[in-house]
Amino acid sequence: MQIHKHEVIIVGAGGAGLMAALYASKNGADVAVVSKLYPTRSHTGAAQGGIGAALGNLDEDQPIYHAYDTVKGGDYLADQNAALVLAEGAVEAVIELEHMGLPFDRTPDGKISQRRFGGHTRAFGKELVRRACHAADRTGHMILQTLYQNCIKQNVNFFDEFQVVDLILRDGAAVGVVAVQLATGDFHIFHGKAIIFASGGWGRCWSVTSNAHSMTGDGAAIALRRGIPMEDMEFFQFHPTGIYKMGILITEGVRGEGGVLINNKGERFMERYAPSVKDLASRDVVSRAIYDEIKAGNGIKGKDYVYLDVRPETVNRYFAEEGRKERIDAATVEKKLPDILDFCRTYLGIDPVREPMPIQPTAHYAMGGIPTNVDAEVLADAAGTVVRGLYAAGETACVSVHGANRLGTNSLVDLIVFGRISGIKAAQYVKTAEWQELPADAGKEIQAEFKRIRASKGKTKPYELRKAMQHTMMDNVGVYRTDATISKAIEDLKELRHRFLTDISIDDQGNRFNTDLMEAWELGCLLDLATVTALSARNRTESRGAHSRDDYPQRDDANWMVHTFIHQEGSAQEPSYRIDTSRKVDTSLAEKDERFVAKKRVY
Amino acid sequence: MDVTFKIKRQNPELPGKDKPYWQEFTLKDVDPTDRVLELLHRIKWEQDGTLTLRRSCAHGVCGSDAMRINGVNALACKVLVRDVGNKVTIEPILGLPVLKDLVVDMEPFFAHYRSVMPFFISSKPLPEDGRERRQTQEDRERFDDTTKCILCACCTTSCPSYWANGKYVGPAAIVQAHRFIFDSRDTAAKERLDILSEPNGVWRCRTVYNCTPACPREIQVTKAIGEVKLAIRKGSPEGIIKVTEIVERVVNS
Repeated sequence: MQIHKHEVIIVGAGGAGLMAALYASKNGADVAVVSKLYPTRSHTGAAQGGIGAALGNLDEDQPIYHAYDTVKGGDYLADQNAALVLAEGAVEAVIELEHMGLPFDRTPDGKISQRRFGGHTRAFGKELVRRACHAADRTGHMILQTLYQNCIKQNVNFFDEFQVVDLILRDGAAVGVVAVQLATGDFHIFHGKAIIFASGGWGRCWSVTSNAHSMTGDGAAIALRRGIPMEDMEFFQFHPTGIYKMGILITEGVRGEGGVLINNKGERFMERYAPSVKDLASRDVVSRAIYDEIKAGNGIKGKDYVYLDVRPETVNRYFAEEGRKERIDAATVEKKLPDILDFCRTYLGIDPVREPMPIQPTAHYAMGGIPTNVDAEVLADAAGTVVRGLYAAGETACVSVHGANRLGTNSLVDLIVFGRISGIKAAQYVKTAEWQELPADAGKEIQAEFKRIRASKGKTKPYELRKAMQHTMMDNVGVYRTDATISKAIEDLKELRHRFLTDISIDDQGNRFNTDLMEAWELGCLLDLATVTALSARNRTESRGAHSRDDYPQRDDANWMVHTFIHQEGSAQEPSYRIDTSRKVDTSLAEKDERFVAKKRVY
Repeated sequence: MDVTFKIKRQNPELPGKDKPYWQEFTLKDVDPTDRVLELLHRIKWEQDGTLTLRRSCAHGVCGSDAMRINGVNALACKVLVRDVGNKVTIEPILGLPVLKDLVVDMEPFFAHYRSVMPFFISSKPLPEDGRERRQTQEDRERFDDTTKCILCACCTTSCPSYWANGKYVGPAAIVQAHRFIFDSRDTAAKERLDILSEPNGVWRCRTVYNCTPACPREIQVTKAIGEVKLAIRKGSPEGIIKVTEIVERVVNS
């Protein structure tokens, strides 16, 4: 096996990975970015509406308001120290992105333009605030491009289309990763002093998702198998507005610009669920409202979707009703939401300035993941023991800033703020850390697993198992769950996992670009993450944020202001799981300010 | 409906399949609104797992699945089958070495991209108030179109000048340079114009116009190239000198 030696190894080249690479590199570390995709293919590029930062360019705003919205949006499960780091870091980070060349839209006086977004308010919930800094409806694309451009300028080392498949630990410290070079099928070892996982989420566990095919949670699954716990896996966000059946995301920015949700009676139903901010309530609230409407027979044509209406006549009618002075026309919609119009015209053959869009909630974002502290250091247990040399940032990590439900725009804020912190901290760490030798058997186990998949002569194609997993997760561990549905999913997953280990076969026996083999291996990652998601969901007997239990409909602050840590133990063939809920939510802001104390969440 | 796919395949590591060959697959129960990408997935998953392609986002923003569909470059995830009929021909994009089936070596493409200084450069001091640089809405609008590029290579690999000469930087690299040349905050336009006025820069463009309809992001590629040509003629004296040299060289050869 070829061995590459770099001080900091970064797994993944989306927003968090590139930000980490820039900052580790600027702070003097020798960096390698290892990514299964070309960096510009990463899913950060699909983020649309904006990145939240209390710049106050259009409305009075302060980071503490942003922190408040983040905590409230997270249904009080977010760690409050982390939420403050996020909100305060956001301002500096967005200014810095502009300095790196990011082409934000501008206000008439030339500042960064900002728009309204779900759950973002001024003065502790007083009114909606324009906080989402945007570049049309392709803000994530601009962030990804700008960071990649700056990495080229900075001469960062890239290993593109190298898929990381294992983590190497020695005496409890991270010393490297194993990767498959897709072009050759060869295994390579990346030996480092520090490893940063910035490998994204696992939306492909569900059948309707906004996530790319490549969002298979590889980094998180690898960590889980190597004894790192997963935190708060039961909290997975369903974005309210995915294109019906396809799941493609329609940004909340549509509602930020005045778009409204309409049921089959032509009613703007969010007025009933969130009288104050209506369509711009938090995502969990809106997704549940859509499910409730569908259940009550108010889906369009009796089916399981509703309309998102951004036709100027509709928007202006509601603006007038609310006494708002602004008005929009078709040209404004074209200018501010060009990609959304393009998606609808391409995939649905409908023009959103003339017709409403059919939408349904779509699996979108993992609030949980690899546990870290606010320095992006990975935690080995609920007590907060740090794994030396191991860092995580972005969607794959759980700091936790998003708590039980992430606010719109905060994924991009998270990438930038904690991506940067992970890069700086890793660069500091490698200055004093000694090189550790690789274990003699590094890479052997994962090579054996690939050999097994290749040689397996079963009856089942991996895609059949994947489909079955996605459907059971959608039906049983979706927007609403109960003990019975989750238990059904756990049984299904157990059987699917067994078949994955004993009864699959693949067609491609070659080495070069063997995507047949890689997809089969990725399915194993998804099955492991789906399993710990379902187990964590069954264990939490309350409803909070994105975790809505019909059998436990209330939030239970007396017992559940704690994070879930789930450990996978035993062998890969017959793993056992251990859940630890001893880690309390950080409430350091609430200790000083009553407004941060958990209370009923009303929008 | 039934749809027949005729796919150009090649696997250089497999004797007998190391030269390009055509293979046909038929799919049943196809919905007219199915994306070509979904149907290629169905072939891969249901019929032949060795069929190899790149893909990721599946909705036209990541740029992974550029290919020739019925002879025209497009992203497979942005083409619906009803728009291409029930006999569909699929080939890898042209002008880059085929690694396997529809997967081509993207390195030459990214090398051209890197050659045009595709990153923001400003020698001006940062604002003293520690805030963002100011830019008018008009100045921002000036380069909006070329910020949309996702580096899928649909434009460059549809260009006959690029097919004829792989040293030509190609439309995508020029689009990327345009994004910075026309950004009022950037101060390195002159250096980029110098790079693009070299023999393998913009003057290899013969305005064939294949690039513009190929762009899945609807960037006015030919227009952007034209603006860069004009900037070289007007904006940079060194550029004009180089143009003159090139003309002389061509005349004398």
